[in-house]
Amino acid sequence: MSFELQASVRARNFDMALSLAEGETVAILGPNGAGKSTLLGVIAGLLRPDAGSARIGHKDLFKLDGRTHFWSPPHLRGTALLAQEALLFPHLNALDNVAFGPRSGGASKAAARETAQHWLAEVDALPLADRKPSQLSGGQAQRVAVARALAAQPELLLLDEPMSALDIHAAPLLRRVLKRVLRDRKAIIVTHDILDAYMLADRVIVVEKGRIAEEGSTRQVLERPRSHFAAGLAGLNLVSGTIASEGITTPDGRVFAGQHDPDWSPVPGQAGVAAFPPSSVSVFLGDVHGSPRNSFPVTITDLEPYGDQIRVRAGDGHSAQALSADITPAASADLGLVPGMEVRFVVKSALVSVYPA
Amino acid sequence: MRISRKPFAAVLVAGALAASLGACASGTTRPSTGSASPGSAMSGEITVFAAASLKTTFTQLAKDFEVQHPGTKVTLSFAGSSDLATQITQGAPADVFASADTKNMAKLADQELVDGTATNFATNVLEIAVPPGNPASISSFADLAKPGVKVVTCASQVPCGAATKTVEKATGTALSPVSEESSVTDVLGKVTSGEADAGLVYVSDVKAAGGKVKGIPFPESDRAVNTYPIATVGTSKKKELAAAFIANVTSEAGKKVLMDAGFGTP
Amino acid sequence: MIKRSGYHGIPRWIYGVAAVGGLLMVLPLAAMLLRVNWPQFIPLITSESSLAALGLSLRTSAASTVLCVVLGVPLALVLARSEFPGQRLLRSFVLLPLVLPPVVGGLALLYTFGRQGLLGKSLELAGIQIAFSTSAVVLAQTFVALPFLVVSLEGALRSAGSRYEAVAATLGARPTTVLRRVTLPLVLPGLASGAVLSFARSLGEFGATLTFAGSLEGITRTLPLEIYLQREADADAAVALSLVLVAVAVAVVGLSYGRRRSSSPVEVGP
Repeated sequence: MSFELQASVRARNFDMALSLAEGETVAILGPNGAGKSTLLGVIAGLLRPDAGSARIGHKDLFKLDGRTHFWSPPHLRGTALLAQEALLFPHLNALDNVAFGPRSGGASKAAARETAQHWLAEVDALPLADRKPSQLSGGQAQRVAVARALAAQPELLLLDEPMSALDIHAAPLLRRVLKRVLRDRKAIIVTHDILDAYMLADRVIVVEKGRIAEEGSTRQVLERPRSHFAAGLAGLNLVSGTIASEGITTPDGRVFAGQHDPDWSPVPGQAGVAAFPPSSVSVFLGDVHGSPRNSFPVTITDLEPYGDQIRVRAGDGHSAQALSADITPAASADLGLVPGMEVRFVVKSALVSVYPA
Repeated sequence: MRISRKPFAAVLVAGALAASLGACASGTTRPSTGSASPGSAMSGEITVFAAASLKTTFTQLAKDFEVQHPGTKVTLSFAGSSDLATQITQGAPADVFASADTKNMAKLADQELVDGTATNFATNVLEIAVPPGNPASISSFADLAKPGVKVVTCASQVPCGAATKTVEKATGTALSPVSEESSVTDVLGKVTSGEADAGLVYVSDVKAAGGKVKGIPFPESDRAVNTYPIATVGTSKKKELAAAFIANVTSEAGKKVLMDAGFGTP
Repeated sequence: MIKRSGYHGIPRWIYGVAAVGGLLMVLPLAAMLLRVNWPQFIPLITSESSLAALGLSLRTSAASTVLCVVLGVPLALVLARSEFPGQRLLRSFVLLPLVLPPVVGGLALLYTFGRQGLLGKSLELAGIQIAFSTSAVVLAQTFVALPFLVVSLEGALRSAGSRYEAVAATLGARPTTVLRRVTLPLVLPGLASGAVLSFARSLGEFGATLTFAGSLEGITRTLPLEIYLQREADADAAVALSLVLVAVAVAVVGLSYGRRRSSSPVEVGP
């Protein structure tokens, strides 16, 4: 049973279409305000789009167009939602929280508790069954919330940044639990964290400004990002332009020379991007001798420690594309770099990947 | 107390309290010192505490008095007789007290708060008050005891209720009222709104209600005649003026005003 | 009480004004205590009419509290959780009895449920007579007490937010199930304190009852009406009964605050 959705919300400048195959987990990545939570709200039935449709298998969730106005309420959708905070019902203990879904589905009290125990065990939280939510740590509460969502037997599980409110020690355990329970399950996980996408998702969708910016397998998106957001997550500089014989040409006419896959023959004029890691960028003062290619003037905006390196962030004065260079602290001190300084970035073309956008 | 070290706050609060107390009091009394010239008996201001049922008549009588005696000013305060008696006991600055019953006047006399003996200046008897259409077709006191007739009376604790009980006893007609109200106003309210078929109040109350209720006199009412006494309050500083006002009430002209309003003469 | 440590930022003169404010509340009660005829206190409050009034007051207040809960919960939910045209107007009208003189409320009820009233005529045809009955007392008390429950519950509903309800719905719970198993348990403290306030307000109701229901021992003469009447005849009885009313009110309010302190507040995330 697949899931398909197409929806637009004018007030939020939201317009997306996506689908999930049976058993597929998709990670939604994107900056704040990109429309990730709107997407989950529309699917769960908490937010009504202006137009669109969605269905799981043959079951319509909603169908809103000029003629039909079908809108299924949240409790009939089978789309359990797990939010940033566990939101366990404070007046019920962990077991009864997990039993809530089966009870609402019509199960007897005893049967619901049995189901609840099963799912508490699945998330390694059976010993917490009798505790009230106020007696649980953030990580424990979130695991119980996962069990509660799964106990409702959702056809599609929606996870809205489930790890973001947890402290750094609690997140890995929950991530392991999620990896186990999301296997072969239809789920959409909204996340900020590239690690979640790596570990939990089969596919990644990057959203920006209410639109899908790119999608593909997690590996593909991270190795060959086409959106600035994905490039940022992958830790790559990304320059977009049009394919030229040697690489790409930026809108302001600068040429980025680079390598491309041997099995791809570039078509000049096609939209393309050039990606390169900050470590491939060198910083120079004044004019550079030798190869003039992949050398361009920038203005330093920020300097910050990055591992044992210094990350130099710079805005390209012409195309306003933000680029980064990683250099050693010693080099930075030698050059006397400070924000606002005009320097020259030089990128080795052997380390630049060029591919179609 | 810390407050003594902060005179600003203390004065502020005391001032506010004084202002609000003054505001509360001004409804019933006005300062009687200052403007009065001590030499003349027929000038200055007096405060008259009168039973609520005397509102119309005493407002008229006070106006007449002020016209006959230029330079005088009569301030009136109307309330239930027992309320007024309590206020006078607590030191309220009244010069004249006109009660709707002899009991409350006697209460003050016992505490030596009135001068001499009180003068009875009016009487009042009960009358049946019905809504204008007289929906239950009441024509006699006995009709009030008919089943299905909704009668409202005063509670026996208040004068009009005590009078009702007296008439019931004297005639042997026991009423079962649907409500026993604390005041004539409440009885009339139930009748004018049509909630009750009939109410028992004083003749003067029926008159004062104008066309909102219809009065039905009944002969048995003379078994409970209510007497209104008036007297000068012992603590008054304007006794001559007070006496003149009482004389005005008991004069022929005064009696006429009272009779026009339905009161009888003692 | 002044905390021993920590800065509380209250100017010292505030204590003086606060003391005056406190005295304004406490002194009249103390003055009343002084006026109580203690040797006769027990006989006065256990007289037949006093017990009848007390019993009637407790019964009618309990009934009107139940009515307030039954009608007030849906009203508060509609006001707090939904949006519809005229909602602000409806809220203003629901809150009106808070500021309306009770006598005005009584008149309004009279013109609605009285014999000549808007609904009264039809009710009388149906054989239902409200005026001069205990139902009239309950109606008057409900009229003045309902805003207390609605205000208190609406506040609780708003501060609790509706995120738990959203989660419950995605878990497959029907709206009625969500209300019963999530919303009401979450706002139970607010509902309880609202009910207590309604009970206390019902207990003290006077003006609307006097105007609308009348005053007959055992039927419509509640404790406040009995006090008002006794004041005419027997001041000692009035004072003794007033003290009983104060004691009951203090017990009710104390109970509510005690409960609110002891129960842990609902945790609502940021």
